[in-house]
Amino acid sequence: MSESGGANANAKKGAGELKVSKIRRGTVIDHIPAGMAPAVLRVLGIDRGVSDIVVMAMNVRSRSLGRKDIVKIENRVIDEETLQRIAIIAPEATINIVEEYQIIKKDRISLPRELHGVLKCPNRYCITNDPQEGVPTLFLCEREKPLELRCHYCEGLVRGEQVELIL
Amino acid sequence: MSDARWPGRDVISIREFSRRDIETVLREAQRIRPNPDLLRGRVMASLFFEPSTRTQLSFASACERLGAGVIGFSDVQSTSQAKGETLADTIRMAERYADVIVIRHRWEGSARLAADVAGVPVINAGDGANQHPTQTLLDLFTIRQYLGRIDGLRIGLVGDLRFGRTVHSLATALTRFEDVSLRLISPPNLRMPESVLRELEGRVDYQEQEALELEGLDVVYVTRIQKERFPDIEEYEKVKGAYVITPPIVREQLREDAVILHPLPRVDEIHPDVDGLPQAKYFEQAGNGVPVRMALLKLVLLGEDGR
Ligand SMILES: [Zn+2]
Repeated sequence: MSESGGANANAKKGAGELKVSKIRRGTVIDHIPAGMAPAVLRVLGIDRGVSDIVVMAMNVRSRSLGRKDIVKIENRVIDEETLQRIAIIAPEATINIVEEYQIIKKDRISLPRELHGVLKCPNRYCITNDPQEGVPTLFLCEREKPLELRCHYCEGLVRGEQVELIL
Repeated sequence: MSDARWPGRDVISIREFSRRDIETVLREAQRIRPNPDLLRGRVMASLFFEPSTRTQLSFASACERLGAGVIGFSDVQSTSQAKGETLADTIRMAERYADVIVIRHRWEGSARLAADVAGVPVINAGDGANQHPTQTLLDLFTIRQYLGRIDGLRIGLVGDLRFGRTVHSLATALTRFEDVSLRLISPPNLRMPESVLRELEGRVDYQEQEALELEGLDVVYVTRIQKERFPDIEEYEKVKGAYVITPPIVREQLREDAVILHPLPRVDEIHPDVDGLPQAKYFEQAGNGVPVRMALLKLVLLGEDGR
């Protein structure tokens, strides 16, 4: 993956630059903050057993991030809810869809206004943490940089670094 | 002017109140009078999963004065929640029995959950440490009643500013007004939380201080410092003593027309001898719970034009 150029340019240049094996068909998640690839794999449920090929690269040189991680998954299109989870831990990430070794679609992850059932509220007195009630969490994005979310229920403000994902 | 938004509206958090909304409630509260025909035939469900005598009684009183009936409970032990029923299910039952639901519950966000579930308006009478919007509205009503305005006032918040939800909500509400300045007086471990200070930024002038200096204030809003907040009992005794409002302090530091408020119950943070001074308005403040809650019941059931 190169930092610049269109999908085709990327695919061509990629051959020379990338030290990570290519996938034929699937999804490449690029520009993950260095060190966060294992967390992304957890979000993808890949730590719980998959049969497809998964490639992870950590601490790859990047012009915009200095160092970055990359995750490639064969035969997988990532659903919207999973993308929301990834957006929280890797807000700069890009999602590349690969067909026949070529990137056919490249998207920035964007953080949605509302996050349903994705995060745990850190306020232990929040109704979402009452086991008897079992109500799914709902967070509203108040600020993107730095990331700040407000719990719809207890109204507590949660900063990006306090976020705990529900996996 | 007709306003379609009031009938059916939930009252969950002061954060959802614009200046106009606050003004509407204060205006209604000022002119509303007991009228047994206004809400005749309506029923209010008063669901107090946690006891709060003053809030519960003033809601019941407001309801009776407008001719509506009251059903409900004031203790979670007597409810099916104690047997494992979810709050959501209790609300689904109550909304079929009543036209408006008033809820107090120890979990933060419980009132929002109730409002999301219920088809009838829900009024939050306190959800844990989070919100108690009717308290804030009656605080504002009392300030306006005695000082004639809220804009331009110098207001001191004293005591536990960290955990006291009434001072958080009041501070939020004051950002809707012009030229208010706040003096935040507390021990260092009980300072106003960062999230509230950030809301004030650019809207309300504020200064934080440890010393109990009240000169120049129009309003002194006192809250209780609780023992549980201190790991060390000696430290607590020392701090507590530094934030007690006494007659000499009032006489020396406050003008006669300044106002001392307290959400009650008061323990010893205001000396009983202050009660007789002209500035002491906390019992009047508690009494204002009735007209303010009458106004809210009228607004959510009938709207602004409702007669
Ligand atoms: Zn919460």
